[in-house]
Amino acid sequence: MPFHQLTIREVHEGLVQKKFSATDVVQSCLEHIEKNDGHIHAFLDVHGASALEHARVVDEKIAKGAEIGVLEGVPIAVKDNMLLAGTRTTAGSKILESYIASYDATVIAKLKKEGAIVIGKTNMDEFAMGSSTENSAFGPTKNPWDTDRVPGGSSGGSAAAVCADECIAALGSDTGGSIRQPASLCGVVGLKPTYGAVSRYGLIAMASSLDQIGPFAKTVEDAAILFDAIKGADAHDSSSATASLQPTLPSLKESVAGMKIGVPKEYFIEGMDEDVSRTVRDALEVLKKEGAELIDIELPHTSYALSVYYVIMPAEVSANLARLDGIRYGRQASDAKDLAETYRRSRGEGFGPETRRRIMLGTYALAAGYYDAYYKKAQSVRQLVRRDFDNAFRSVDCIVTPTSPTPAFLLGEKTSDPLAMYLADIFTVSANIAGVPGLVVPCGFVSRGESRLPVGLQFLGRHFDEETVLRAGHAYESATEWHTQKSPLS
Amino acid sequence: MALTQKEIEHIALLARLDLSNEEKEKCANELSAILDYIDQLQEVNTSGVSYEYQVEGLVNVLDHDEVVVCDEDTRMRILAAMPDRAGDLLRVKGIFS
Repeated sequence: MPFHQLTIREVHEGLVQKKFSATDVVQSCLEHIEKNDGHIHAFLDVHGASALEHARVVDEKIAKGAEIGVLEGVPIAVKDNMLLAGTRTTAGSKILESYIASYDATVIAKLKKEGAIVIGKTNMDEFAMGSSTENSAFGPTKNPWDTDRVPGGSSGGSAAAVCADECIAALGSDTGGSIRQPASLCGVVGLKPTYGAVSRYGLIAMASSLDQIGPFAKTVEDAAILFDAIKGADAHDSSSATASLQPTLPSLKESVAGMKIGVPKEYFIEGMDEDVSRTVRDALEVLKKEGAELIDIELPHTSYALSVYYVIMPAEVSANLARLDGIRYGRQASDAKDLAETYRRSRGEGFGPETRRRIMLGTYALAAGYYDAYYKKAQSVRQLVRRDFDNAFRSVDCIVTPTSPTPAFLLGEKTSDPLAMYLADIFTVSANIAGVPGLVVPCGFVSRGESRLPVGLQFLGRHFDEETVLRAGHAYESATEWHTQKSPLS
Repeated sequence: MALTQKEIEHIALLARLDLSNEEKEKCANELSAILDYIDQLQEVNTSGVSYEYQVEGLVNVLDHDEVVVCDEDTRMRILAAMPDRAGDLLRVKGIFS
C-alpha cells in the first residue's frame, strides 16, 4: 500500500519497525497532493518544505534509537481557521487573504508537542459558514468520490484531503455539523467532541458557544488517537473543560454487547433520501447483531434545533466578526475618507455573500426590539433541546442517527437558496445546541448515476463521554468494511 | 415577515457593512424567508424555562489579573499584520473631521 494511504497506527508501526521513514510518508503525501489536488482543491496552502524538514528531524531521532510517540512524524492537514504562527491563515476569506498568524492555536501547539507534522492548511467555507465549501473565497473543494459534487462543509477541505489520502488525518471544526456532515459525504470518520473538551484558543471564532475542534481520520482508532492528543483544559480558553479527561483509546476495543443505543424517531423523517434511510437502518441491524440493545426514544424538540441554531449562531457571528474591521490586521479598504468608511468598505468588500448575510441576520436578532423575540427565545428553546438529551441519556448509553438527509449534492445545486443549504445540517445541529459529542462513521454507499456516494452513521453521547461513542463506532467499524473502501482519487 | 429597505439599511449601518442597492433588495428577501422559518420558535412554550448562554454549567471562570508579555517574534508578527502603521504604532483615520 502506498504510504499516503496508511492510517496513523500503520504509520507509527512502520516507523518503529523501520520499514519506512517519516520522510517517505511526507514525500508520498506531497507527491499525491501534487498529482491529485488540482482535481479536488482540498488544500489552500501546502507546507512542503517545513514538513520535509520536520520529517528529517523525526527520522534522525528514530535512527538514534529514541522512542517516538504515536503521532510523531505523521502528516496532518489542518483546516485554515486554526492559527499556525508565521504562516498564512485565511479562514477561507478574502479579508484574511494575506494574514500571517501571529501565534499557535492550542491544538497546533499540542500537535507540535506530539511531533505531528502539519502538512498544509485546508479549504473551507468562509469563516466556517456553509455546508458545501462553496462559500470559500478561493473556490470550492470537490468530492473525491464524484468531482461534480460537493464534499460537504464547512470543513470540506479536511474531509476531502483525508478521503483522497492526501494526508494521514486532519483537524476540522464543527459549529453546526461542519465536521460530521463532510465526514458523512466523503466517507471518512469525523468526531465533534463535547463543547469544552478541546481548547478553542487560536481557532478563528464563528459562534463561540457552539464551535468545537475535532479530528477527521480513516479509522475510529485514529480519531481517538488524535482526540486524545488535542483535548484538555487550557488557561487560554475559559470555556474549556476543567475536569481532566481520561484517554479514550484503552477501552476502544471493548464490544457493544449489552450497550443501550437509542434510536430517536425524530431523525427518521419524511423527505429524507430513501437510499440513505435504508443504509442507516441496515447499520442499526449490524449494531444489534453485535449485541447492542436498540431502544426507541424521543427527542421532541429536534425540529426546533435548526431554528435555535439560526438565531444563536448568526448573533454570535455578528459579534465575533466585528473584530474584522480592517484596522489591526486583515484587508483594509484603500482611499476611504474616514474611519467609519474604512470599517464599512473593508467589511463590505472583504466578506463574501454568506458571511454578510449571517452578520445582517445576527445584527437584526440582537437589535433592540427583537432581542427578546429571537435571541432570548432561542436560548430558552436551547435549554429544552438540551433537556431532551439529558432525559434520553437516563435510559440509553448513546444515540444513533443519520448524519445528513442526502448524500453529496451537486456543486451549485443549493447555492441560490440559503434555506435549502441550511437544511443540510438538520441532523447535526442538535449536538452543538446541546453541547454533546458526535461521531460519524462510514456506513455504506448509495448509487447516483455512475457514482457511488458514501453515507455516514452518527453516534451522539453524553457530555464528555466520547469514550462510549468511539467504542460504539469502533464496534460498528470492526463489523463492516465500509471504511476500507477507497475513492477513485485515493 | 418582510423587511423593509429602511430596516435593511439600518441593520447594515449597525453592522458596519457597505451593501450595494441590488444586494440590499436581495438581502431583504433572503432574511425575510429565514426569519419566517425561525418564527416556528414562537410555537414552543418556554414559560418557566431559564435562558442560559451556554450549556456547560460553568460558573465564574476567572483568570489571574496578571500582565503576560509575548515574545519578540510574536510581537513582530502582530506589528507586521497591521495594514497601516507608523513604526511600532497603529495608524488609523481621524474620528472627527
